Amino acid sequence: MFESKSGILYVAGLGFFALAFVSNALVPALMYRNIPEKTVAELVTPNLRYQFEDLARRFPESFKAVWGEAPEAEAENQKWWDEKCAEALEYGHKVYVAEGCWHCHSQFVRPVANEEERFGPVSRSWEYQNRLQRPVLFGTRRVGPDLSREGGRRSNDWHAVHFFRPLDLSAASPMPEYPWFFEGSPDKPNKRGLAMMTYVQWLGSWLESYPYYEAYSPSALKKPETENTDASDSQDNAADASADQEPQ
Amino acid sequence: MNEATIATPITPKQHTELVDEKLVRLYFITALIFLATSMLAGLLMAMQLIRHNPLRGIEFFSPGRWRMLHTNAVAYGFLANGFLGALHWAIPRLTLQPVLDKRLSWLIYAAWQGVVGATAVGLLLGEAQALEWGETPVWIDPVAQLGLLLVAINFMTPIARMKGPMYVTLWYFLAAFVWTFLTYAMGNFIPEYVVGGTAAGAVGGLFIHDLVGLFVTPLGWGLMYYFVPILLKKPIWSHGLSLVGFWGLAFFYPLQGIHHFLYTPIPMFLQYGAVVSTIAVELVVTTVVINFFGTLWGNAGVVKTNMPIRWFYTGMIYYFLTCLQCSFQVTLTFQKIIHFSDWVVGHAHMVMFGVFSMWIMGIMLYLYPRMLNRPWASPKLLEWHYWLSTLGVGFMAADLILLGVFQGWSWAALEPWDASTDFSYPFWVLRVFAGLAMFGGLLAFLQNIWLTTRAAAADRLAQKS
Repeated sequence: MFESKSGILYVAGLGFFALAFVSNALVPALMYRNIPEKTVAELVTPNLRYQFEDLARRFPESFKAVWGEAPEAEAENQKWWDEKCAEALEYGHKVYVAEGCWHCHSQFVRPVANEEERFGPVSRSWEYQNRLQRPVLFGTRRVGPDLSREGGRRSNDWHAVHFFRPLDLSAASPMPEYPWFFEGSPDKPNKRGLAMMTYVQWLGSWLESYPYYEAYSPSALKKPETENTDASDSQDNAADASADQEPQ
Repeated sequence: MNEATIATPITPKQHTELVDEKLVRLYFITALIFLATSMLAGLLMAMQLIRHNPLRGIEFFSPGRWRMLHTNAVAYGFLANGFLGALHWAIPRLTLQPVLDKRLSWLIYAAWQGVVGATAVGLLLGEAQALEWGETPVWIDPVAQLGLLLVAINFMTPIARMKGPMYVTLWYFLAAFVWTFLTYAMGNFIPEYVVGGTAAGAVGGLFIHDLVGLFVTPLGWGLMYYFVPILLKKPIWSHGLSLVGFWGLAFFYPLQGIHHFLYTPIPMFLQYGAVVSTIAVELVVTTVVINFFGTLWGNAGVVKTNMPIRWFYTGMIYYFLTCLQCSFQVTLTFQKIIHFSDWVVGHAHMVMFGVFSMWIMGIMLYLYPRMLNRPWASPKLLEWHYWLSTLGVGFMAADLILLGVFQGWSWAALEPWDASTDFSYPFWVLRVFAGLAMFGGLLAFLQNIWLTTRAAAADRLAQKS
């Protein structure tokens, strides 16, 4: 058997592969078969709706250009917001995958290395039973922080400026800039920009703890030079950041 | 039979019937072009990390997209093409049977370049699939799957037709054709269409891992079992260890995928299983390394003069180091700190470049002049190629592995996130230089190929006139 064609083909080639597949893939699939997989529409929670409507208030022209206007009648109005929100969320997920965001940002909080302190509640299986985790976006590398509890932590204005030019808000950030999410400036996000912000604000929106702020206060790190601080201030003002400042 | 195949010189006529040298050369050149592309993509991402990306803000040069191109071009453009070229040499010569159909071989060549090219374009246009190392857009997956089926049929036919016992190389190849096909199907279709969430994570882990363990590793070792005894002109040291190596790999390797996702919501007993079988396979591969060093025993001096042997054994040393590292990093204790850090990136480069690329380079070094019937034009460039590649990847791996430990400790100590990117900066700068050295090595190789090919063409012209 050990040196014969059939032994290698059937035992090593097919048999051992099948054994591994059954034990390592089929077992978890069967274990979780009773947790229903949520559709994108089912992922629209009041938390996310709040953020989506916030986008409409902060970027009215951009929002109208992409999603149009909500109907007046109350019943249709609610349905319209839910539908557009789900649409934005799904499109945001596509952009998140396409841009490879998940290669530098993970989406799971481990029960070790003080991650619960930094990021929030440890990840659970049911959180991943939805269409936007197909294939799952656990990730394997963190150049930037984990994002699975990122939603609600920072305002949409912050995200707009940050996507446009991360260095304006984070002095030494190695994150690439994404000007193609905007029509020339951070206060004019296009469809991709609005959808990405919806997606990022969605992360963690299914939890009681949303928005989860870091449980520790940042230690005194050398502040970015005054030049940068000025730049971010003026951006904030331009984008009307009266509410919802970044919690620091 | 095995030794006889190796020892008996095959008359040129038989060889030309068996091996399509033009195709082998074309595969090698294509592979090197994809390697150059991949390295440039890696360089772009490395420059982004040190905030000196010259192409920033341009959508089609987005480092995030080119990072995916980097890994895909290595797996499907460089390694797959390099292996296919070497297989077109090794399998017909070892079985004394031609492949099923030479026209099919060319069709596969063309189709595979179509697959890799379409993957690159798809990734750059923003069509990626959320599966690490399988970002190939979903509409290409069925074509790639069909290509792998044709590859298996084309190469398994001569193995099936062959009489007598199979040499070790063919055990690995036979299993690899089945495994690669199954792995690709499992990884690209199941997490997309069949299961989602945590279970998809388990399948994704199996996919990343099996791509290394069941596609790259068996083809790589199979080729080593073929070329090393030929070059050293003596049989493999121990047949018993060859058996242990193959069957140990076959049993333990497929069971480990979940070790890529330790401490995720995937059930803990499955994580433990993956950790235990990973440590088991590290013991198994040590036997393989011992077997090859036993074969070299008494002839170690040849690494100075025999370039392919030097590349092969350097790769084996890196292989041993990688596996040793892996048996530590896979433990839950290490994972707490080094997971998500640059340690893993260093590890990946040491495996994919330090081991398998080195082996493919060595095979190219051996076969290319043979096919042109002319020695390498510049022995000096060969040395540059070797030393820049070897030291470059060693330096990169050491730099990133050390950095990974610092990053992990910084995160666990709840330092502000920016601290980890701040102190990474000098390490990332060093990594750029290490990468440039590796790229320089490749350029030296390409120039040598160019010079040798030109000289061979001049030879042919002189003969005619």
